[in-house]
Amino acid sequence: MKPIAPKPMPRRFHQARWDEPVIFELSQPGQRGVLLPPVEAGIEEEVGNPARALPDSVRRREPPALPEMSQVHVLRHYARLSQENLGVDLNIDVGQGTCTMKYSPKVNDQLARTPKLTELHPLQDESTVQGILEVMYRMEGMLKEISGMDRVTLQPGAGSAAIYANVCMIRAYHASRGQEKQRDEVITTIFSHPSNGAAAKVAGYRVITLYPDADGYPDLEALKAAVSDRTAALLITNPEDTGIFNPRIEEFVRVVHAAGGLCAYDQANANGLLGITRAREAGFDACHFNLHKTFSTPHGCGGPAAGACGVTEALAPFLPVPTVEFNGRTYSLDYDRPQSIGKTRPFYGVAPNILRAYAWIMSLGADGLREAAEVAVLNNNYLLKKVLEIRGVSAPYAKGKRRIEQVRYSWEQLTRETGIHSEEIETRAADFGMHYWTSHHPYVVPEPMTLEPTESYSKADLDEYAAMLKQISDEAYTNPQIIKTAPHNSTVHRTQHEPFDNPDEWAVTWRAYLRKTGRKKG
Amino acid sequence: MPARKTPVHPYIPNSAPPAKETMLRAVGARNVDEFYADIPDSLRLKRRLNLPEPLLSEAELIRHVDGLLNRNRSTRETLSFLGAGCYQHQVPAVCDEINSRGEFLTAYAGDPYEDHGRFQALFEYESMMAELLNMDVVNVPNYDGFQAAATSLRMAARITGRTSVLLPANIGADKLSKVGEYLKPDIKIELIPFEAKSGLLDLTALKTRLDQQIAAVYFENPAYLGMIETRADQISAAARLAGALCVVGAEPLSLGVIRPPVEYGADIVCGDIQTLGVHMHYGGGHGGFIASNDDPRFVMEFPSRLFGVAPTSVEGEYGFGDVAYERTSFALREEGKEWVGTAAALWGITAGVFLALMGPQGMLEIGEGLMQRCRFAMQKIARIPGLKVTFADTPHFTEFVVDFSGTGQTAAAINKGLLERDIFGGKDLSGEFPTLGQSILFCVSEVHTQADLGRLAAALKEVVK
Repeated sequence: MKPIAPKPMPRRFHQARWDEPVIFELSQPGQRGVLLPPVEAGIEEEVGNPARALPDSVRRREPPALPEMSQVHVLRHYARLSQENLGVDLNIDVGQGTCTMKYSPKVNDQLARTPKLTELHPLQDESTVQGILEVMYRMEGMLKEISGMDRVTLQPGAGSAAIYANVCMIRAYHASRGQEKQRDEVITTIFSHPSNGAAAKVAGYRVITLYPDADGYPDLEALKAAVSDRTAALLITNPEDTGIFNPRIEEFVRVVHAAGGLCAYDQANANGLLGITRAREAGFDACHFNLHKTFSTPHGCGGPAAGACGVTEALAPFLPVPTVEFNGRTYSLDYDRPQSIGKTRPFYGVAPNILRAYAWIMSLGADGLREAAEVAVLNNNYLLKKVLEIRGVSAPYAKGKRRIEQVRYSWEQLTRETGIHSEEIETRAADFGMHYWTSHHPYVVPEPMTLEPTESYSKADLDEYAAMLKQISDEAYTNPQIIKTAPHNSTVHRTQHEPFDNPDEWAVTWRAYLRKTGRKKG
Repeated sequence: MPARKTPVHPYIPNSAPPAKETMLRAVGARNVDEFYADIPDSLRLKRRLNLPEPLLSEAELIRHVDGLLNRNRSTRETLSFLGAGCYQHQVPAVCDEINSRGEFLTAYAGDPYEDHGRFQALFEYESMMAELLNMDVVNVPNYDGFQAAATSLRMAARITGRTSVLLPANIGADKLSKVGEYLKPDIKIELIPFEAKSGLLDLTALKTRLDQQIAAVYFENPAYLGMIETRADQISAAARLAGALCVVGAEPLSLGVIRPPVEYGADIVCGDIQTLGVHMHYGGGHGGFIASNDDPRFVMEFPSRLFGVAPTSVEGEYGFGDVAYERTSFALREEGKEWVGTAAALWGITAGVFLALMGPQGMLEIGEGLMQRCRFAMQKIARIPGLKVTFADTPHFTEFVVDFSGTGQTAAAINKGLLERDIFGGKDLSGEFPTLGQSILFCVSEVHTQADLGRLAAALKEVVK
């Protein structure tokens, strides 16, 4: 036997292509996917069928046109769709910078699946939920230590919800001092997550966005020009999405405080800083973490996530209700907080993800968290070096400097020399079984790419990702057509995008598609 | 700082010393401190974080977490009649199977070429919800039903250019808190009273209050206290007459038997999808939906992502992508519609699986069965001396209010008595709705047998004796 050739780099990938119909096309009249417990005769005899006795105004006439399928066919359809999807479990997920795509440990998923959590009703008597309340109380304690803040709420459902909760607490704080009307401006930076500006706008603020100075740092002079007695808060990420730590962050906080404003630290990018530096020491009044980023809970195709807001004593009275308290013997929920902003979501937060994040911290401890941070930063700087060896790409700002946990790169040169855009690289990356993301809009960095390799990836992983980028760069210079016609190895080929922005053609649902294309049902 | 114990950690491949050294050498760094050069000394934490000692092995971790969670008593062990926004239903095994698959569980923001599966699954979720709701546009899930209501009302204000909304006084206090905080800057909320006898919205009060400032009339069907709003068509007609939109908070599990709100005049329908195949998770299983007709004036006001279908370059393939992306905060930051972010996509996929399993027959049967059990429980409890089932003549879906004022006991004491008999009673309403006296909101489910309902009635009889 001849030896079998070793694997090439990047690998020869092909995504699953099941050519799977839309689920309505799988419907078979009369089939059932699940049966329900019967209503006993004794009930039926006593009450009849009240649904059929509903007045015409509210009684459903036609059954909903849902698919009719046997159980195995539902399972198989969705199992096939799942195969046409990549997650952290399958791909080297460093291409979604800002989102901290790290490994979500399976043991934590197992722990979250116990009926001792999944089958708890949130309004049960406190004596029957002491275990989960203790988890929440201990989790708050650990996040207090990691951030340095005085209190933490786990109620927000995600990162943007946590930003919004912080803005609400800030608004309530100023209102408590009679300054709600006067302080009507919020300042953020263009390299902070878009939700900082967007959430502040919903909360009624005028949003001022600062752009970076020539070195890529948030512009201190611009901040000084922007603050005034109208400033309610500065909402800022650090390091920003460029991966550059702002060394003057204390000065930023001082400038805002001097004007009577508060400072909220968006810690979506905290992964490189665990145990290194904290919101408290930089003088922040509030911060938030994304438990689905920094603390490893799975991203679930876009949630459920979990957010946590940390605040100082000054903002603690405004925390959402309830807080979790401990009297030395029992845990309880405290609703008696008259200055609270109230509810940010139903009940107390995304409990299964709070548990997963708790288990993740418990499995690492203080040294493990710091190790995760340091290795994430090491991985990022290694990938930075590898990527900069590729033709056509650069890392704008902070020339020659190290980065924290991610880098916003630019393919400007490649675009100029080959006409290939970052979005096209994104599509081509799918041919190699890798996720790639450009960046948030607007593209302040031209032709952007944001890579965040976290601590979960090995040298070989990073080499493979870089090899994929190098191959695409080579193709751009020698065979751009292969990029322009990508994807080739995906589930489907290039989608026509025009219908998505044309009200006469867009179809958000199958029924709208059938109506607008004249295709018949069934 | 004490010497660090840095064992090779299974979650951190490059924690292995040889790998780390190779990496450091490759980047020309002596140690990792070099990477942090921009962080001023004054900001450095000069000590170890004060955290519990780690449980490095799975065995230690499981023992610890089990030790905590085993102190919980779940509704699997104890008969429960709690509802009030979070509901116990049987979750089909296939729902858990699909949402546990790593391809879905650990994916995030992939484009339609590497994550075709999640785009199709969420498009199908939207499409099946659309059949349930008889509307053409449904969003990719937002956070929860509270957020869905709050955003629907903001949408209505933007569409009409008006600045007040009317909410029913029988809304839950927590949802009202969320909605109030969300609308506070520029939209005024007024509550419309409900009728003492029927629990339904007071139509006379509504009509009196409606004027040219009102952007929307919001009500829930079924209402928070369990009643089915039988005059929904009259409410929406009154709203329309004043040029206001009709926004309905609907329970999707009821829509096999209750009419889709669009058919009685709703312009925007919203709610929570926890009942569609998602466990209660101690209140962590929520996802929100918003639906409208396919009118660009409405579609362009959704903050959420809307996944749509389109042809690809190859005949016979379904391609998917974002419809009208340019309205979102991802595209426009604060100039977009509110904001969009990570919310509850996996629960949307799960709800799609649930609806496909249930089909039209399952949705009909569960709706009928829930209403039968609810009415049965109401009648059984109404026969207990001293107990009054409030709003008893109004049709109910799964929840109903029982007033214990006639027993001389507080609602809290009743629930305590039930707990002593190993039953989780309903939600104590005495703080939330003082006008209803010492009342409890009970909730039934298809998991309850006739014997379970009998056990509740028997326990109540003992407790009030």
